[in-house]
Amino acid sequence: MIRYVESRLGLDSWGRRALRKVFPDHWSFLIGEIALFCFIILVATGTFLTLFYRPDAAVVTYEGPYEPLRGQEVSAAFDSVMRLSFEVRAGLVMRQIHHWAALVFVASTVVHMCRVFFTGAFRRPRELNWIVGFTMLMLALGLGFTGYSLPDDLLSGTGLRIGYSALISIPFAGPYIASLAFGGEFPTENVISRLFVLHVMLLPGLTIALLGAHLAILWRQKHTQYRGPGRSESNVVGKGLWPYQALLSLGVMALTAAVLALMGGLVQINPIWLYGPFDATTVSAPSQPDWYMGWLDGATRLFPPWEPTVFGVTIPSMFLPAVLLPGLFFTVVALWPFIERRLTNDAAEHHLLDSPRDEPGRTALGVAGLLFFTVLTLAGGNDLIALTLDIQVESMTRFFRLAMFVVPPVGGALAYRICRQLRDSREHPLGRGSGVVLRRTEQGGFEEVPRS
Amino acid sequence: MLLRSLLAAVVTTIALAAPSLAQQSGRELYERRCASCHGPDGAGREGLGPSLTGAGAAAADYQLRTGRMPLQNPQAQAVRKPSVFSEEETRLLVSFVASLGEGPPIPSVDPGAGDLSSGQSLFIANCAACHGAGGNGGAVGNNAAAPSLYASEPQTMAEAMVSGPGQMPVFGFSEQERNDIIAFISYLQTSEAPGGIDIGGTGPVPEGFVGWFFGLTGLVMVLVLLVGTGSSRAR
Ligand code: HEC
Ligand code: HEC
Repeated sequence: MIRYVESRLGLDSWGRRALRKVFPDHWSFLIGEIALFCFIILVATGTFLTLFYRPDAAVVTYEGPYEPLRGQEVSAAFDSVMRLSFEVRAGLVMRQIHHWAALVFVASTVVHMCRVFFTGAFRRPRELNWIVGFTMLMLALGLGFTGYSLPDDLLSGTGLRIGYSALISIPFAGPYIASLAFGGEFPTENVISRLFVLHVMLLPGLTIALLGAHLAILWRQKHTQYRGPGRSESNVVGKGLWPYQALLSLGVMALTAAVLALMGGLVQINPIWLYGPFDATTVSAPSQPDWYMGWLDGATRLFPPWEPTVFGVTIPSMFLPAVLLPGLFFTVVALWPFIERRLTNDAAEHHLLDSPRDEPGRTALGVAGLLFFTVLTLAGGNDLIALTLDIQVESMTRFFRLAMFVVPPVGGALAYRICRQLRDSREHPLGRGSGVVLRRTEQGGFEEVPRS
Repeated sequence: MLLRSLLAAVVTTIALAAPSLAQQSGRELYERRCASCHGPDGAGREGLGPSLTGAGAAAADYQLRTGRMPLQNPQAQAVRKPSVFSEEETRLLVSFVASLGEGPPIPSVDPGAGDLSSGQSLFIANCAACHGAGGNGGAVGNNAAAPSLYASEPQTMAEAMVSGPGQMPVFGFSEQERNDIIAFISYLQTSEAPGGIDIGGTGPVPEGFVGWFFGLTGLVMVLVLLVGTGSSRAR
């Protein structure tokens, strides 16, 4: 059969070469695959959810089996998610797998990007693929935010309201952009159906297109690899696509699916029935967004409520933490390959990866950036952390304000020193090859000399 | 004869003027366990305890039955612990505190008469901001926490609403509204969480932790163990 297709389509030699394509066999190359498989699971479970979801803001009376909400006026959207959760067979587990998969999807995308960043895999000729990957991260955040808002429960409504006030805080254009995006002043009936189109068509469509481009570019450019015996800028050492890599990837897919199914089946996530339907006048206290938006929430909690007036325009306090800060951060991340090339004047092609210690400056910057992000994310949960650790919320906020400025530079400097020391010690962290070699002396004995 | 009638008159006046026996031993208990902070006549002591003259039976019953009073450390928030008093002693203390002045009496409760659905919306609108949508508690600032409601009895809930303990405001609900809310909290306490393990019920923060530290970290660990750092050699 395969031979039949091959000969008709003239794929003979291409297919044969493809099967022998070499993949590096270091575990860190598989994190991107976890992200890919999370995405596939998201599409599969999402398709199931779409069969039952109604993107409709019309008011209906809830009549389902969850007693405490029976008789309440809810939106048709909320009603359909309640039906999914309590009446549709396997609806709840699908919802939960979908939500867990979304959290792990963004997490694995970020870790994959960290791998690429810290090993310098983004350098020429792979800058383009870095940008493609970065754009997919942005799409993932958009997918997460729109999906989080679809159930139209109290929590997601609060998230939307914050998104609206962030948009409206942009000087000059803000009110127009916000009213254009939401179709009027928040809350509007249009917003659910718009979010739905974004969430199930536009953003996934773009993601799939970029995913194709990402993998095609990867295929064409071949993999990077870590340094090692026999590895050079002009070869790739690893295992072939068939059978090793193909089976390994299948294994990773099964593993990802298994872990997500386990979480979806066993651990409750986003219990919208507790939050109840969205009501513009109510906020439930620990109202946090999903983790990948938490840092923006944290930033708005930490920034003082300044409203400076610039050129006669008052800048709303949301603008700095919720628009300018992420804007700058993401711009630097997106353009990093070009920024680094400027800084190092290194325009050569690189196919061999750095060990993070080889580039202390880059590593230090990355560590500082991650720590900044982590401090803000934790600050987004400051009330819960305060409760758990039995500390005053106000002191938590003061602590995080300080930490925001202190922890990243200190962590970065520490990372810099550790990298320098490791590099100077010439010892490999993975224990491959010690720092010395044995040499035969002229007298016939052996002596140890440091590896050069 | 004169002597006898005089004596009788004295005895009756004493009996009429003297506090009842119950109040007597209530006062005794109060002086032993409470006066050090709230003052001998319940007027309160600066920095130790507030005045109890307007507290009423509801506040006293709430504080005593949840074991919050007697407080150990006047600087720290009172927390729920086993009560140190017997049923009888509690009743004596409550009526003594109630006799100190005007205050809300112990409200009557009938959770069976409550309407779940109305209770849910009242709870979300009035209580969830502090106690969380799932009643798991939350921080409220000023070094105070709104406790989890999973240990509260219907009586305690009603008393908390009418007396407004600590940082909690007093709620002027009707009896029906109180019963609705109590019915809903009782529903939360007894119903099983749909969807599996309830990870704190406080929303996306614990969910994010589980996603990272169970989901992704678990996956990556398996990969590190199974695939390792690669053994391929150049050919
Ligand atoms: C160590 C000092 C201390 C002792 C002992 C103490 N209390 Fe208190 N009490 C306080 C403080 C402080 C508060 C206010 C804190 C709060 O409400 O959480 C308070 C609050 C109260 C209230 C609520 C007042 C209101 O207006 O809501 C009542 C009722 C009360 N106490 C009764 C008692 C009784 C009865 C006893 C004896 C069994 C007692 N307390 C023993 C310190 C004390
Ligand atoms: C401003 C925040 C706030 C709001 C709003 C609030 N509470 Fe409270 N609640 C508290 C605090 C703080 C305590 C602990 C009081 C203390 O220190 O004794 C508490 C205690 C309680 C307790 C006692 C818990 C126990 O140990 O058994 C109950 C029951 C309770 N609240 C019910 C409610 C209900 C019902 C509502 C809504 C009608 C509500 N609360 C609204 C802050 C709040």
